[in-house]
Amino acid sequence: MDKLDTQTSDARPVLEGPDIARVLTRIAHEIVERAKGADDVVLLGIPTRGVFLARRLAAKLEQITERTIPVGSLDITMYRDDLRMQPPRALARTEIPGDGIDGRLVVLVDDVLFSGRTIRAALDALNDIGRPRAVQLAVLVDRGHRELPIRADYVGKNLPTSLRETVKVQLSEEDGRDTVLLGAKPAAQDAQR
Amino acid sequence: MSKTLIRGARVLGGEPQDVLIDGGTVEAVGTDLSAEGAEVVEAGGKVLLPGLVDLHTHLREPGREDSETVLTGTRAAASGGYTAVFAMANTFPVADTAGVVEQVYRLGREHGYCDVQPIGAVTVGLEGRKLAELGAMHDSAAGVTVFSDDGKCVDDAVIMRRALEYVKAFGGVVAQHAQEPRLTEGAQMNEGVVSAELGLGGWPAVAEESIIARDVLLAEHVGSRVHICHLSTAGSVEIVRWAKSRGIDVTAEVTPHHLLLTDELVRSYDPVYKVNPPLRTERDVMALREALADGTIDIVATDHAPHPHEDKDCEWAAAAMGMVGLETALSVVQETMVDTGLLDWAGVADRMSFKPARIGQATGHGRPVSAGEPANLTLVDTAYRGTVDPAGFASRSRNTPYEGRELPGRVTHTWLRGKATLVDGKLT
Amino acid sequence: MQRHLISAADLTRDDAVLILDTAEEMARVADRPIKKLPTLRGRTVVNLFFEDSTRTRISFEAAEKRLSADVINFSAKGSSVSKGESLKDTAQTLEAMGVDAVVIRHGASGAPYRLATSGWIDAAVINAGDGTHQHPTQALLDAFTMRRRLVGRDTGLGQDLAGKRITIVGDVLHSRVARSNVDLLHTLGAEVTLVAPPTLLPVGASAWPCEISYDLDAVLPKSDAVMMLRVQRERMNAAFFPTEREYSRRYGLDGDRMARMPEDAIVMHPGPMVRGMEITAEVADSGRCTAIEQVANGVSIRMAVLYLLLGGNEPAVTQSRTTDSRTTEEK
Repeated sequence: MDKLDTQTSDARPVLEGPDIARVLTRIAHEIVERAKGADDVVLLGIPTRGVFLARRLAAKLEQITERTIPVGSLDITMYRDDLRMQPPRALARTEIPGDGIDGRLVVLVDDVLFSGRTIRAALDALNDIGRPRAVQLAVLVDRGHRELPIRADYVGKNLPTSLRETVKVQLSEEDGRDTVLLGAKPAAQDAQR
Repeated sequence: MSKTLIRGARVLGGEPQDVLIDGGTVEAVGTDLSAEGAEVVEAGGKVLLPGLVDLHTHLREPGREDSETVLTGTRAAASGGYTAVFAMANTFPVADTAGVVEQVYRLGREHGYCDVQPIGAVTVGLEGRKLAELGAMHDSAAGVTVFSDDGKCVDDAVIMRRALEYVKAFGGVVAQHAQEPRLTEGAQMNEGVVSAELGLGGWPAVAEESIIARDVLLAEHVGSRVHICHLSTAGSVEIVRWAKSRGIDVTAEVTPHHLLLTDELVRSYDPVYKVNPPLRTERDVMALREALADGTIDIVATDHAPHPHEDKDCEWAAAAMGMVGLETALSVVQETMVDTGLLDWAGVADRMSFKPARIGQATGHGRPVSAGEPANLTLVDTAYRGTVDPAGFASRSRNTPYEGRELPGRVTHTWLRGKATLVDGKLT
Repeated sequence: MQRHLISAADLTRDDAVLILDTAEEMARVADRPIKKLPTLRGRTVVNLFFEDSTRTRISFEAAEKRLSADVINFSAKGSSVSKGESLKDTAQTLEAMGVDAVVIRHGASGAPYRLATSGWIDAAVINAGDGTHQHPTQALLDAFTMRRRLVGRDTGLGQDLAGKRITIVGDVLHSRVARSNVDLLHTLGAEVTLVAPPTLLPVGASAWPCEISYDLDAVLPKSDAVMMLRVQRERMNAAFFPTEREYSRRYGLDGDRMARMPEDAIVMHPGPMVRGMEITAEVADSGRCTAIEQVANGVSIRMAVLYLLLGGNEPAVTQSRTTDSRTTEEK
């Protein structure tokens, strides 16, 4: 899993608050550049932390473009391919901006890209909501180990990891501080993978 | 005929004694009786009671032989320590003619496990409209003295009055199933807190009490005697107590299940707890025990009501009412009355043998355990405790509410006129 | 863990709030161009209706289909319920067909409980109304409607109904809706008052966690929501009340009475309404009457229940009363 809420004793930060801010600014500029002004961009964050990142990105885009950037959230819980493997999870909010996504450039925003299954589910969910002109993906960290043919268009940091490691993103909106932690997975959890 | 010596039995719970049976009669009761020429049963401190008498049994034959027959029912009776049972009239056809009652009587005699005394219907077809031929049933070979429409109430006050009067001519008694029909339309369980919550049709206590009140007043007015079947409420107890204090000739029975179980069990929606009258509250149970102890309620009667599995393996509303009881009655009475200190074994003999025999005029039953009396006897291992397993029942039906419940006491031997029908817990 | 939904009394406060919160997300699916989620793909749900109820059946069916379950409708009305065998036989037939859940409506109180605990079937059982016992999804959709109107759609998330004063009026005796609502609303912290003629209140209701009143006019000004129950005209033939006119006069809700309610108070009705009996057309058609909303909310609530019971490898809702040794076993 890419977002295991694991207390890792020997976790070490790989990105700190200023790094995250710098990385998001760079991604914002890349979006403007590649989307040729970003006038039809809609940002959709994947709960929980992807939503905060999307909002931060939107704020930076608005600074750059001096226009309002539509931002929303896309809960992928009911599209997951591992629903039957654990108890039902509480649902998070799906909030599509008022003008919808038809004909727009949707940029999905998530914290960590790992197996790619979350993004696969997000693409399915988008399919039920409308028909974007194109879909792109922005992530704060790409830790590798893809299980599906999916890649990110905007990457904050490529972080080579082993499957024995965990990546944990903390954001001030949820966790009180901004940091990305790399730690070792406890032995018991290792068996679950 | 053969001799049997029961050695070291506590007769009616008293000091250990020997009891010698010769043929169909108790030859002697005393200490150190000679075992010469006799088969010896070592009682080892078990309690010896007069053979139990059940004034309220459903044997189902004729008509519902899939649930019970006279043979299986009397074998169940012998297993439970009974030597005489009164068979209720709600068979198919109804026991409302001399022909049907004679058939049932004869079947009991032929099988030889337990005497069967048929009860005659009060009204034709139990329909409550026209008196059955009560006199003809009395005059038949079956010699019917107890009449009841049990399963249904004789709710018409005039019919009840006539029946009470009419049977005086030959010393009969009417046993009333007290259930006001209009108050119990659609009734499924005791009306109260639990029925309100479960959404099951309420069966109010007053439906029983109002009929009992009416009938004791009718009995007083016409100078007859009346017997009340399966009393189930504290209010009924009060009415009977009042009637007796007034000198009204009323007797009453309580079932073992109403001495132990409450309507809280219905929360399981398991129809094994569905019974008529319904299981009541804890307060009622305590009042019934007290009334049985002080003699307000005269006897324990089983209301043994066998039903096939499919009639209970369904939703509550569709299920049949009734529980089997012959094979667990004494254990439940020990649990609720003896082990609680409310009744001693002499009291049990009184409530389960002497008095029911007297009410039903069962000749040769309910007699003291003494020389010269008929050898109808029951030996009970009162120290035993065990879990009820219906798979071991002699009854054809298994609808017991006690499955898996631990109860005290076990009947090990039963003798019907000196012939052992149950030996070491096994039917002969 | 709970596998079944038999009674509203089985739900804890947190379970109930989780269902309401989940339903709030499910409701948003109805606003989308494609009103469908793949969540229950490959799961088979049977709607087993021994009693006619087109409204409830359609509501469950819509919920099941929106979650992509395979739906089988089995109307068992007419097959002999009185013969007793039929519930067991039907259950075993469905079991053999490999169904994952049974939504059951039955005229006999306790039939869903029997189905869940008798060992006849291994599927999850959802009670869609049994006799005069329970109708838990109705109580949930009512609570959902109240929370939206009285607390707020978004501000209500994670909240219960603490302190809300709910009045339920009418034929409580024959109402599974009233029983379910008393249980659930009490769990959610609301203060419930039942108003009915004494003939239409069950003996034993005094033990329920609510107040009882015979005087509608006295209770109305202190009500945040007034739920009118359907009263069948036939009841007067059994002497539950003298005439329709007298019933309406004492216990019916008309415009004058509605005016005595607090300004933001709502009028609810589980339907179908008997206009002119317990409710006048003026009230039924007013903006304060939530009857139509309740229908829409019913689909969202049933989606939430289905998702939480069937969406994972085990249910997300805890259980008390229906738990037996069987239900705790792994499927």
